[in-house]
Amino acid sequence: MTQTATRAVIYVSVIGLSLLMVFPFLWMLSSSFKPFSEIFAGTSFLPQHPTLVNYESLFQQSSALLKLWNSFYIAASATAISVFLCALGGYAFAKFRFPGRGFLFSFMLGSMALPFAVVMVPLFVMMRSVFHWIDTPWPLIVPGAANAFGIFFMRQYMLSVPDEMLDAARVDGASEIGIFWRIVMPTTLPGWISLSIIFFMSSWNNFLWPLTILHSESVQTVPVMLNSLQGPPGRTAFDVLMAGSVVSVLPMLLVFLILQRRLVAGITSGAVKG
Amino acid sequence: MLNGLRHRIGRLPSEASAARPGHALLAANPPLARWRGAIRRHRWPLLFVSPFFVLFAIFNVYPILFSFWLSLHDWPGLGPMEMVGLANYAELEHDSIFWNSMLNSALIFFIYVPVMTFLAIVLASVLNAGFLKLQGLWRALIFMPNITSMVAAGYTFRLILDKDSGALNHALAILHMSAIPWLDDVWWARISLGLLMIWAWLGYNTVIMLAGLQTIPKELVEAAKVDGATAVQAFHRITVPLLRPVIVFSVTLSIIGTFSMFTEPYILTRGGPIRATQTPVIQIFSTTFTDLRFGYAAAQSYIYLAIIVAITLIQFRIVSRSDPVR
Repeated sequence: MTQTATRAVIYVSVIGLSLLMVFPFLWMLSSSFKPFSEIFAGTSFLPQHPTLVNYESLFQQSSALLKLWNSFYIAASATAISVFLCALGGYAFAKFRFPGRGFLFSFMLGSMALPFAVVMVPLFVMMRSVFHWIDTPWPLIVPGAANAFGIFFMRQYMLSVPDEMLDAARVDGASEIGIFWRIVMPTTLPGWISLSIIFFMSSWNNFLWPLTILHSESVQTVPVMLNSLQGPPGRTAFDVLMAGSVVSVLPMLLVFLILQRRLVAGITSGAVKG
Repeated sequence: MLNGLRHRIGRLPSEASAARPGHALLAANPPLARWRGAIRRHRWPLLFVSPFFVLFAIFNVYPILFSFWLSLHDWPGLGPMEMVGLANYAELEHDSIFWNSMLNSALIFFIYVPVMTFLAIVLASVLNAGFLKLQGLWRALIFMPNITSMVAAGYTFRLILDKDSGALNHALAILHMSAIPWLDDVWWARISLGLLMIWAWLGYNTVIMLAGLQTIPKELVEAAKVDGATAVQAFHRITVPLLRPVIVFSVTLSIIGTFSMFTEPYILTRGGPIRATQTPVIQIFSTTFTDLRFGYAAAQSYIYLAIIVAITLIQFRIVSRSDPVR
């Protein structure tokens, strides 16, 4: 009897907690269909007078489509370049012995603890005065193109590639680039896909660095657009903001729900094995 | 097939360097030659890892060095820099707003990390016990906030936590409880920020703990139960100690995460009320882009880094001293 009771309590708690986690998403969605006055009268969960006016305003006055495209192409190009470079680095650390390997690897892992804010100010000055990259996507693509987390992540996958396979290809006269591209890449493809999703999501949701770099309205990404939708103090445009939030969250949510098994394991894979 | 690729790439570096003049001269200098030889022999792995180190040098090492130079100057971001020596650091020593932002991070850390870590361990144990149906669904729902834009989430929380019209205070009213000034009171604002952080990071930490639990042999817990331990005792005496390295890892991430917090307080409370949720990163950001004091912001960044390093080292010392396994 006690075991059944315990299990019932646990079930109720887990379901309750899950509902609490989902509630903000539902509130965001429902508010995005409410007229402004109703958001602040907000007693009811479902919109009393559902309207699409918030979405209209988002796409017409704030040209959200352009911002979605900006977010998308920046995330896609950053992801493509980073995943390739991280796979190369991870492959080298996993499958080659070379002088300084241990030191370089520890150095790289240590660099992960360096908070971004430490380099934010000088990096901004560099981007503006040396590279002239303000209002361009480059600062969001180049500095993070080969990053420690990604290399460490790919190394875990590369360790499982059998050495015999690589040696056999070398005996057959394959070049190192050829081996990487035609043997290593296909056998570690799940890792490439997981890392691509992780990179894409983190670029899509990135806020602080785009906020410092993207000043003109036409180059803004979605999170920067949301921040500038705020409006004057006291009259925050929560109606349009909620529509914008839905637009920002929904694509990632769909990707997550489709690929969640791979993704959840992937995001935290470095944590315990390492 | 692979040979075709080799043709397309053209001459390999090895073939090129064999024909290079001056090769004989290098041989006369054994250490240098050996070094050159090692690089040549290991050129592929060195080439493959080089993007990280080249980018790290350009976009991390150089800025950190430049930042020190910057911190010795007064500079509004444009025009000439004025050398002021260590004046920025001297000013920082008495800058109560900056130290207050450090204190805020520490307070927020102690508000949410213990609760979140405890919940994550319990939740992971429940998921690991395996009797729950639809495991994948619960895990996905709890993890979902982690992939959400914190800008979107921050605004939504602002709406839900609004004192007059927020859903949470409406729910409290139904339960005949008085409204709570979630975002308008110094302590409640910090707690609200903690709630947002727990919402965003509970799933992530649960999955880390779950992976850790799966490395603990079930027989250990079973054996303890056979010896008469209750479930709670077995959890406290066996599961938690064995999970220790994973807990340490997760808390370390939380320390770095809390001290690097920007988006959450920037959107949820704008650092307010009366700077109660102003974090060091918001502080550095506004010193740079609002006050236009680039040199001073660089000094702040340096001290910020020093403090994070110090806290992490202290934490590692505490952890290793109280390790029961040692």
